[in-house]
Amino acid sequence: MPAHDVLILGACLAGQRAALAAADAGATVAILSKVHPVRSHSVAAAGGINAAINPADDWRSHAFDTVKGSDFLGDQDAIEVMCAEAPDEVLHLEHIGVTFHRNETGQMDLRAFGGASMKRTAYVADITGQAILHVLYEQLMKYHERVDRYEEWFTTSLLQDEEGNCTGCIARDIRTGQLEVFTAKNVILATGGAGQCFKPTTNGLICTGDGISMAYRIGAPLMDMEMIQYHPTTLVENGFLITEGARGEGAHLLNADGERFMEKYAPNKMELASRDVVSRAEQTEINEGRGVGPGGVGIYLDITVVPKKRTLEALREIVNIGKDFAGVDITKEPILIRPGQHYIMGGVKTDVNGATPIPGLYAAGEVACVSVHGGNRLGANSLLDTLIFGRRAGEHAAQRAAGISMPEATPLSRVREESAWIDSIIDRPKDGRRVSEIKDDLGTEMNRNVAVFREQDGLTHALETVRRLKEEAKTAYIDDRGTVFNQDVLGAIELGFMLDCAECTVMAALERKESRGAQYRTDFPERNDDEWLKHIDVSRNGDDTPHLSYSPVTITQWQPEERKY
Amino acid sequence: MAETGKPPESYTLRIRRFDPESGAAPYWAEHTIELEPHRSVLEGILQAKGRFDGSIGIRCSCKAAICGSCGVRINGQPGLACHTHIGRAKETSRDGVIEIEPMGNMPVIKDLIVDMDAVHWKKVQRVTPWLINKEPIPEREYLVDRESMVDVTQTMACIQCGACVSDCLSMEVDPLFIGPAALAKAYRFVGDPRDAQQYERLQDLAEDPHGIYDCTHCFKCIEACPKGVAPMNQIMRLRRRAGSDHHISDRNNGERHEAAFVTLVKDHGLLWEAELLPRSHGGNSWFGKFAPKAGLELADSLPVITKAMLRRKVTPMGALKPHKIPSADLKQVQDIYDTVHGRDERLELNLYITGYDEDEAGAQEPAAVAASGGGDGGQTAAEGGQPGMTPEDSPTR
Ligand SMILES: Cc1cc2nc3c(=O)[nH]c(=O)nc-3n(C[C@H](O)[C@H](O)[C@H](O)COP(=O)(O)OP(=O)(O)OC[C@H]3O[C@@H](n4cnc5c(N)ncnc54)[C@H](O)[C@@H]3O)c2cc1C
Ligand code: SF4
Ligand code: SF4
Ligand code: FES
Repeated sequence: MPAHDVLILGACLAGQRAALAAADAGATVAILSKVHPVRSHSVAAAGGINAAINPADDWRSHAFDTVKGSDFLGDQDAIEVMCAEAPDEVLHLEHIGVTFHRNETGQMDLRAFGGASMKRTAYVADITGQAILHVLYEQLMKYHERVDRYEEWFTTSLLQDEEGNCTGCIARDIRTGQLEVFTAKNVILATGGAGQCFKPTTNGLICTGDGISMAYRIGAPLMDMEMIQYHPTTLVENGFLITEGARGEGAHLLNADGERFMEKYAPNKMELASRDVVSRAEQTEINEGRGVGPGGVGIYLDITVVPKKRTLEALREIVNIGKDFAGVDITKEPILIRPGQHYIMGGVKTDVNGATPIPGLYAAGEVACVSVHGGNRLGANSLLDTLIFGRRAGEHAAQRAAGISMPEATPLSRVREESAWIDSIIDRPKDGRRVSEIKDDLGTEMNRNVAVFREQDGLTHALETVRRLKEEAKTAYIDDRGTVFNQDVLGAIELGFMLDCAECTVMAALERKESRGAQYRTDFPERNDDEWLKHIDVSRNGDDTPHLSYSPVTITQWQPEERKY
Repeated sequence: MAETGKPPESYTLRIRRFDPESGAAPYWAEHTIELEPHRSVLEGILQAKGRFDGSIGIRCSCKAAICGSCGVRINGQPGLACHTHIGRAKETSRDGVIEIEPMGNMPVIKDLIVDMDAVHWKKVQRVTPWLINKEPIPEREYLVDRESMVDVTQTMACIQCGACVSDCLSMEVDPLFIGPAALAKAYRFVGDPRDAQQYERLQDLAEDPHGIYDCTHCFKCIEACPKGVAPMNQIMRLRRRAGSDHHISDRNNGERHEAAFVTLVKDHGLLWEAELLPRSHGGNSWFGKFAPKAGLELADSLPVITKAMLRRKVTPMGALKPHKIPSADLKQVQDIYDTVHGRDERLELNLYITGYDEDEAGAQEPAAVAASGGGDGGQTAAEGGQPGMTPEDSPTR
């Protein structure tokens, strides 16, 4: 039975960075992931990573942009930590091999990004996330004697002792179907986001909120769960992301009247206002009947105004996406886009060391809520978040491990219980609904009522739907009766995780009776600092229903002010 | 809006199934699904999985050719399921039914899932796949050429999907061959100016009998790669660096073989097979013929040569004498040599430096994508073609 000082669940940017940091600090480390590490969703990040490495820049400026972007819901102490440590972290990545692109003097080149007052985004062509993820994995291969890797292992539950400490997890070897107990002095969750609760989404099929739900089930509070980012430009066709770079290069957004409607909503920054603002503007046009395409459900992103040569140089990616997935030559005609679910700002509540209120349980990356993104995340801040807090969690957990002894082995009866639960899913008779149907219903409902615009009735409907689906999920059946690579049964377990996340999201959105960042209530259209400049925490009641409470926003240097772009 | 809004059509998928627990042999299962023609084969498989049979095994996540999970063979060709249009897959099928099988050269675990650890990742681990830093490590970033970083980014673009490994001809013959993906990974360090051990890496890969000289130039990996990594080109670059830059004369005679090849074509305008073998062993000098190993290998190849003669592919005289081409043609061949050798620097094309798209548009500037504007994200969906391929490299089929 494996036992380690630090056990990391998720081998993405946050997880791998944590593993390397914990190993460097002298801890024994294991890292476990349900997919091979390089398949983790961080691989999809393209644009880049923010850091004030230009000597003319200042991390405080980066921090202020982040605070403003968050609509003042971000915790400023955490934002300061992230932005101040960003340059060293990015330089560290460069030293271990990330092929950051250079300028003519051989230094790292920086590109402009939405919501930023300065060029401060380091990048590797259009594959920044992939490059960083693969380089971290190179390092893990280098550390092969110091970090135990469990690739294609699926965590089903976290373990807790009688005093409430987190003492490890139970996981299933996907290749053999075998359950194993992993004992650990500390567990770091790095299991990513929960975009699959929505349909469509830019997120991969593995983003099912596993860690959020597992932490919630053992009593860890979640925070900012109502804050769901809709990216302004996703393909109507299939939900794929069209990079912000298109607008960065000067592309226009047009409605059915051929009008550049952003003039009405953000006269200064126009198409480059923050994401929540642009998504809202697009949705308003669509709702008011000025949408384009079949059924008027989209908006035109017109890239033909960008010189063709520049498009082929700088936007190669979307030239290909347009051609391959929508059959459109973006250099000749506009492409149909609309806002689409992209990122969750909320997650498991942590401090600046990634520690949750449950002793021995840490979280970092999209699964966590420190909160550095508050109501709205800035582009290229997420990769930074995963790395900074991944490292800090790794270091802190290693330190904590040095002072305590290995928890006692979990009784076998606990494993038998888990095993019986999984077998019961496999054995369900085929008289309920199919797991895939319930998942589709959930995604559709969330995308209809918990999206860019929200109001009481829609949210109430969503809550009822989620609760009904939760009931139905208890008898949902699967086809695969095997043990080797039974992806079907994992899908059923993931559905349970997603439903927990969705329920907390809807509850928090119902609770917040104001409009801030990504939460826009048509019935409460104003930001209300007097009553709502606070986080909503969600924890589980004994009876599997979310319980809401509040916690204060930490303000250090920047008082809330009106947010204009 | 060219293809958008096209109505769904029905497609039949014939999926290779294998259940390791049943003890039964692999079999085919057919499912009919409805989808718009420009959607992907992966979406078709997922529909079959969701609607009819959840036990179909396939790895997938991003659906957008970036996570590298969904490598399979479609109608016999390796590639990503999420990067193949279902409509086109139907067109290329034998009988209107889209055939989907697991990748080759790797053991099948279940259905479309193969054991990449046992083959692919082992080979990656073989090439010491991490940066060995040049000392001292600077306080800030290493100052390096802009072009050098753009250059290694082509191999960074590899998503480790294994499509190139699936149908590598050399690996079929020699399972120990390090293979296209791992060697492309090796170039990522050999080409990285921050790496301290480029010479050692090259020597290691040249001396390994399953290393850079084990590739047979079959182009399969270039054709298969969904990301334009063009692994074979990277292998050729490793060879050039090993041979021309570092003069590593390996015990596999790879370097001498290449030099002999080049010299023979230069002198005669065509390859002279009878001279190639001795020179590969003994080098370009006249005495090379007497290298003992050359005799051994010649004896080894006698059956092949005899067979070729019997089939009239080669005549005894033709094999022993140099081939002749008209002197005007020979002059042209030699002009090419002069042009190439006359360049100050070796010119190498690269996905991120130049490719068909830029050429078409007449864009001359290097570092096309490197200069790319900002943007959070963008799921990569590299072209169906091979932008990393130089026009000369392009396979004729
Ligand atoms: C298309 C797209 C483009 C983006 N572009 C950018 C960008 O340019 N810049 C930026 O800053 N951000 C970007 N983002 C956001 C950013 O990529 C993500 O927020 C970030 O990568 C999340 O990383 P993570 O480390 O938290 O987790 P992930 O990368 O999501 O990884 C989760 C890990 O947890 C594992 N896991 C999950 N559940 C289990 C379980 N039950 N058992 C075992 N293991 C499990 C998975 O296997 C995986 O290894 C983008 C996002 C998308 C979708
Ligand atoms: S070109 Fe070489 S590496 Fe590529 S598939 Fe053929 S033999 Fe393998
Ligand atoms: S080189 Fe291409 S085909 Fe081979 S693993 Fe990498 S991305 Fe896949
Ligand atoms: S699902 Fe095909 S590469 Fe990710």
